[in-house]
Amino acid sequence: MKPAPFRYVAAQSVEEAVSLLAEHGDEARVLAGGQSLVPLMNMRLARPAVLVDINPVEALAYVQANNGHLAIGAMTRDAALERASAAVAHSNLLIEAARCVGHPAIRNRSTVGGSIAHADPAAELSAVMLALDAQFVLQSKAGSRTVAAADFFQGYLQTSMAEGELLTAIQLPQLAPNSGSAFVEYARREGDYALAGVAAVVTLAANGSIADARLALCSVGPTALRVSSAEVALRGQQPGAEAWASAAAAVKAAVTEAPSDIHGSASYRRHLAGVLTERALALAASRLK
Amino acid sequence: MEQDFLTVRVKVNGVDKRVAVEPRRMLSDFLREDLGLTGTNLGCEHGSCGACTVLVDGQSVRACLMFAVQVHGKSVMTVEGLASDGQMHALQEAFWEKQGQQCGFCTPGFLMSSYELLQHNPNPNEAEIRHAISGNICRCTGYQHIVEAVQAASEKA
Repeated sequence: MKPAPFRYVAAQSVEEAVSLLAEHGDEARVLAGGQSLVPLMNMRLARPAVLVDINPVEALAYVQANNGHLAIGAMTRDAALERASAAVAHSNLLIEAARCVGHPAIRNRSTVGGSIAHADPAAELSAVMLALDAQFVLQSKAGSRTVAAADFFQGYLQTSMAEGELLTAIQLPQLAPNSGSAFVEYARREGDYALAGVAAVVTLAANGSIADARLALCSVGPTALRVSSAEVALRGQQPGAEAWASAAAAVKAAVTEAPSDIHGSASYRRHLAGVLTERALALAASRLK
Repeated sequence: MEQDFLTVRVKVNGVDKRVAVEPRRMLSDFLREDLGLTGTNLGCEHGSCGACTVLVDGQSVRACLMFAVQVHGKSVMTVEGLASDGQMHALQEAFWEKQGQQCGFCTPGFLMSSYELLQHNPNPNEAEIRHAISGNICRCTGYQHIVEAVQAASEKA
């Protein structure tokens, strides 16, 4: 359980980090919080030749509201996110999900950007980013580009980031007026990977019917899963048990690639996805503001 | 691509240390092997068990998931830093009195997680204690006596 040898470089700025990534290509890996990468290195499932540590880049650790969206620096620790007043003001969903990431000692190190770039389908924040229509800012030596969360997660631990790119910031649009949100998950033990988790946003129209809903799940497939069929099913309905049940049915139909392992079978995860969808929607709808 | 050694300057339990390490040296092995601080135990070495929990700049971390080179310029506190002048810390006394340990392997990690909790929240309720130690696994006690020990320590302090 010791990593293979590697060369270590502590980058002091984004410019230095992307320059190192350009120089070393696929031999290099970025070290953010290290709570996923280092276990993989300890088990020698990952053997980077060069480790580019971006922990010294303090300019990438921030949570701030500006120009109608919430901006989160990629090196923001999950422990900082859950306590950031701008994040608390943004949505219940964001804070509830951040509190579900691992344990306190994990969250002291784990970062928002690291979790997204690692693209583990069990990561709560990936589902949150889909539900909140996040935009990711990717920086490389050649310049920067912005990718929508919907186009980012490509497969198990796979993203649309190109070689040499560094995720530097996350932008979340503010929720529409008269919206509520929630994150609900079920795990065998507090802080463990969830068997299923649901991020929900509900927006009501002036007449009290559902104007818009957004639903995304973690732990039930090879990537975090946005379920647009359930969102369509909810539009125009009156908020309540009947609407939530129709969304849950659509979610269960959409969960076709749930993993089966010693923690839970695929059919149990699909069942949980439905139950948690109803709970998340009801909780979100109870929080309209 | 290999680098031989990098120099780490770090304050450990209040004492300045300067040691040359391989970049792949884990903080946990650095503490145990290079500094001889074997109080920090290693259970799983991939961040699941919490036995190796130490504080870096006052925050609890898994020592098996940080490289020693990452604590350069920082301050580390291990279980050896709890007692002073031969007197056990109130938490250690309470773990002793309430039988918060059996085999004792997980105890250093529980002590450090509990220490961090009491620094921020001197009078935690049971739920707060259970949340704070949720990342530490104990296979002996069933946790009840550990929770009681942390409660007792908070009342004493």
